Amino acid sequence: MIEARLYLLQRGSAMVLGPLVIIHLGLILYAIQGGLSAAEILERTRGSIAWAVFYGAFVLAAAVHAPIGLRNLAREWLAWRGRSLDYATLGFGLILLVLGLRAVWAVVGVAP
Amino acid sequence: MNDGTLTVEIWRGKDEGRFETYRVPHRESQTILDVVTWVQRNAEPALAYRFACRVGMCGSCAMTVNGKPRWTCRTHVSKVVSSGVVRIEPLRSLPRIKDLVADLTPFFEKWRTARGRFEPSATRADPMAPISPESPKRKAADAGIECINCAVCYSACDVVAWNPDYVGPAALNRAWTLVNDERDNDRAGLLRAVSEAGGCHACHTHGSCVEHCPVGLNPTEGIAGLKRMTLSALLKGALS
Repeated sequence: MIEARLYLLQRGSAMVLGPLVIIHLGLILYAIQGGLSAAEILERTRGSIAWAVFYGAFVLAAAVHAPIGLRNLAREWLAWRGRSLDYATLGFGLILLVLGLRAVWAVVGVAP
Repeated sequence: MNDGTLTVEIWRGKDEGRFETYRVPHRESQTILDVVTWVQRNAEPALAYRFACRVGMCGSCAMTVNGKPRWTCRTHVSKVVSSGVVRIEPLRSLPRIKDLVADLTPFFEKWRTARGRFEPSATRADPMAPISPESPKRKAADAGIECINCAVCYSACDVVAWNPDYVGPAALNRAWTLVNDERDNDRAGLLRAVSEAGGCHACHTHGSCVEHCPVGLNPTEGIAGLKRMTLSALLKGALS
């Protein structure tokens, strides 16, 4: 049953990531064209609940999606099986989550 | 081939072995199985290969011909010959026994893993179940039941080659026909079986099984159906 769950989680997180990635890429193009500096970007994102929710959801979906895909790759290409692979998958997801949320905090957190 | 002969390279041995080359007379409407039989009768009496019906029903003569898995009794030489050369070896992803004979034990064991057997819901004393041939479920089952168990799809599948746990297209096609059989008594058990590691969710939808199936079945479609059914069962809490 865990396979069906992981399948659902991976497809579900991909559906969340789809529109978020498009908005994220559009945002990068917009920010570059407008010539915004890092300071100007931070000025707009700090304290913004909307950006915190947007990138928080992005990080969460990526932290779910990527480890499941890597787990499949590890099984097929490295013949890695068993509990150790499950723990490695979970560990990789947690690393993505912590690093991602730290980055989100750096962008939206209000400087003391 | 210009002199009326074919150059036929045939695998001799088990895992360790070599290709032996034979010159075989080329005839009209000649099949690959005809070629192998000619070699066995005229050049290499010890050559091991498997066949039974010779008319595309029994599924026992599948081999790899010029790199692709095929049913050799219905494969014409003229359709697969490349520069006058035909290279014949056993099916891939299966243990080898000798020469062109592959061991199909893992193939059929995986059918059992995917619960590819009918679980009756009635006894012989009960009246026959009225199943309309027009019902969508029966049509879905009918689309997959002509499988001849030749293992061509299994051998064609890259996921089978990469992942030894993967039960393969034929076993899942069988499961798909059973899950759509209204007389089957263990739908939940079947959906649990195909949701294990190596079940339907391991399929990458490459479609090699569809491309190579000699009887024109579409196991990929059935596997996609199993994915949908298992997800639906999961969301309803019926998979635990």
